[in-house]
Amino acid sequence: MPANHKKQVHLAAQLPGIHNVTVWSDPRSGSQISPDSFIRLAQTVERGKFDFFFLAEGLRLREHKGQVYDLDIAGRPENLTALSTLAAVTTHLGLAATVNATFNEPYEVARRFATLDRLSGGRAAWNVVTSYDAFTGENFRRGGFLAEADRYTRAAEFLGAARELWDSWGEDDLRADAAAGEFVRPGAGRFAHRGQHFDIAGRFTTPPGPQGHPVIIQSGESDAGREFAASDAEVIFSKHNRVDVARSFYRDVKQRLARYGRSPDDLLILPTANAVVADTDEEAAAYAREISRELVSPQTAIAHLEAVWGRDLSAYDPDGPLPGIEPEDDAHLLKGHSVFRKGRGETARQWRKLAEERNLSIRELVIEVGGRQTFVGSPHTVARAIDDFVQTGGADGFVLVPHLTPGGLDDFVDRVVPLLQERGVHRDDYTGTTLRDHLGLSDAPRPARWGGPGVRRRRDEKETSA
Amino acid sequence: MTGTNGTHDSNGAHDSNGTPGSKSAHDSNGAPGSKGAHGSNGAHTKGASGTPLHLAVALDGAGWHPAAWREQGARPGELLTAAYWAGLVAEAERGLLDFVTFEDALGLQSAAFHRPDDRTDQVRGSVDAVLLAAHLAPLTTRIGLVPTTNVTHTEPFHLAIGIATLDHAAEGRAGWRPQISSRAADAAHFGRRTTPLLTEEDVTDSELIAARLRELFAEGAEVVEAVRRLWDSWDDDAEIRDAATGRFIDRDKVHHIDFQGTGFSVKGPSITPRSPQGQPPVVSLAHASTPYEFAALGSDVVHITPHDRAGTTAIVAQVAEAVERTGRDVEARPLRIFADLLVLLDDEPGAAAERLARLDETAGAELTSDAQVFAGTPAELADLLLDRRSAGLDGFRLRPGTLPHDLTAITRGLVPELQRRGVFRTEYESTTLRGHLRLQRPAGRYEAAG
Repeated sequence: MPANHKKQVHLAAQLPGIHNVTVWSDPRSGSQISPDSFIRLAQTVERGKFDFFFLAEGLRLREHKGQVYDLDIAGRPENLTALSTLAAVTTHLGLAATVNATFNEPYEVARRFATLDRLSGGRAAWNVVTSYDAFTGENFRRGGFLAEADRYTRAAEFLGAARELWDSWGEDDLRADAAAGEFVRPGAGRFAHRGQHFDIAGRFTTPPGPQGHPVIIQSGESDAGREFAASDAEVIFSKHNRVDVARSFYRDVKQRLARYGRSPDDLLILPTANAVVADTDEEAAAYAREISRELVSPQTAIAHLEAVWGRDLSAYDPDGPLPGIEPEDDAHLLKGHSVFRKGRGETARQWRKLAEERNLSIRELVIEVGGRQTFVGSPHTVARAIDDFVQTGGADGFVLVPHLTPGGLDDFVDRVVPLLQERGVHRDDYTGTTLRDHLGLSDAPRPARWGGPGVRRRRDEKETSA
Repeated sequence: MTGTNGTHDSNGAHDSNGTPGSKSAHDSNGAPGSKGAHGSNGAHTKGASGTPLHLAVALDGAGWHPAAWREQGARPGELLTAAYWAGLVAEAERGLLDFVTFEDALGLQSAAFHRPDDRTDQVRGSVDAVLLAAHLAPLTTRIGLVPTTNVTHTEPFHLAIGIATLDHAAEGRAGWRPQISSRAADAAHFGRRTTPLLTEEDVTDSELIAARLRELFAEGAEVVEAVRRLWDSWDDDAEIRDAATGRFIDRDKVHHIDFQGTGFSVKGPSITPRSPQGQPPVVSLAHASTPYEFAALGSDVVHITPHDRAGTTAIVAQVAEAVERTGRDVEARPLRIFADLLVLLDDEPGAAAERLARLDETAGAELTSDAQVFAGTPAELADLLLDRRSAGLDGFRLRPGTLPHDLTAITRGLVPELQRRGVFRTEYESTTLRGHLRLQRPAGRYEAAG
């Protein structure tokens, strides 16, 4: 391995779930639910020495105009259960799941992540999200509406409570000393948390896994979300995959870390991205255009427009111009989708302006605004672009979402990864066993130290001080 | 302490008083009766040889004896590792068993039924059973995997998609054991509600316990029903991938369940497509009339805990009454009845009883259990199983006293013995848990007829 001072490119992969990111009509498109799909994709990216495999969460099928939305892939597994299966057929790959802090309880979530971390030998990660969505809440006992302002306070307290649970077992509380007849130390697992959202106490059942705490992932974009990430997260899933915007986001978030006593290396920023690879740049570009078009069928184009306009637009021609009529402000035609929360009037104005400037039809416009084929080209072009993006401060790496399941990252792993390795920016093999090792993160904070600046130790500090 | 030997009768089985479930009315004379019943088993074996026996094992910690973790051969430091469980389940599958169950609870294990204890001398600590079962799915090919989950503090929606996902991962080998949370202390782990605080008096009798927990059982039955509806909320052929119309699913084949329980509601549909078995078998453990009713309402297999042949007959009749009360059509939806037995097995006559005595001595107390404790040879156990079966059982769930010793004795001692007698499979003849249990795969209840 050549010595160099280049930043390493961290790579993760997501099996695409809902939304029009998968060309399900392609004959190579396999099952979105069969374990074979998950195993195949996970083993592919483990071969590519990726940091982790990620599964999002869905807790209610989306609905459009009062009916279940039927144009995109629908149906997926419960993600922690699926990842526990994958832990048995992979050896190093990190396993990350989104789990909502609104429709769950800290005790259960902490227990399940401690279990996954144990079963996987220290490879678990938790993408902490919150929901504002009473629609999804209809599937749950507690309902689910939370005021926007309460979302992060509940999430922060939820995460804090989970940390108290993980810390409730000391490192050597599990004694299993047959001769002495002591299986656990007295009081192992005892906890008590009292706060605004949770008042819980008792004994926690599950000694934490090798990582102590799973890696914490966050994906908020708002100021509160960025602050939450700066104080509590170790990875951010960002949606900024245009390098100029990405750089300013990157700078902004990284500079927030200092006030929590953290260094820029304590938080990795990974935009979600697609890669379309072909023999030549021209072929890749043509293939990317084809994919975009297949992802947005005429029906999908109208459905997306209806979601923004809040009106039935089924009479419009998807290959014609955008409607001249104004959106309905209160109508909510597409439920369970978070994209259009910022105000449909503003979104509609922007879309119309873009369509007029570039003379786009409805379908072309939807393709344009929805597209995120970030890296398109020959293997060399893609490898260089990824490397440049990371070296110039746009990101620490990427979460790749293939447009085909389960074979959609085969080309990337077989053709781009070796070039990244040649450039000295991607590992030739795993050098550690836990996800924290792969991400270069410090150990999870230990009991009593948690809660203030400067509590984290680097792995090397722990080793010399132990 | 060797004096405790004297408290065991000759076949090593002993009564299990003082523990919930053990003192029910049918448990009239405890274990000694089991030996006496052996004499008649030959005829029953013959008569029943047409239907194979079903056999499951219950895996928990280092085994069901509280001192099991201190035995030679135990791996107490590894009880919460994946490799430990993978080895056990592989052994169970080698024995061609119908399924394994994984115990679980939301609180730390306790020697007391109704409250936490602060003991440090027994196995404490557990992992989530659904995730554990899912982890073992790709490491096995035939055996059923049945995790226990709590249904009092958890969300029915999460439970439904977790078990459905397990069924996908195991390609049709998932089961589910719903369990109410009877310890008030568990509620404090969630802080959302309280549940009845049982007293010492409550827990002396399984009927008393069940009476105190009746509302939780009623709610639990609603959770099972909501979960089952979510499993049915996708028709088998909901995914159409119709490029011509741009539709991935046929929205008329996914259904809101609109479940309204007394204390909760679930809109649906599930996010997880219908799983290979459609309805993974639901398994429950029951010691009294209320839980028999719970089983009759929503289970496919009920585990009961008789302590002798007469007790078996009596409980089977009680289960039948519960079936009648709930109006279940057992022709369309058979309810398989398994008896639980806690077993210690050694080939040498008397060795298992000696081992049990030694374990009791280490534990400092005689083993107690809700299930009958059997210590003997595999052949003796085979006699007992065949005798009991003729009282109306479909099969047994054996709880190995120590692991891996008593599991291996089941798979390599008892199973070959049962095979010799022509009452147990010599190879798996089906690939799903429903198949092993001879239960049909049901159609989804929302599917349009025709």
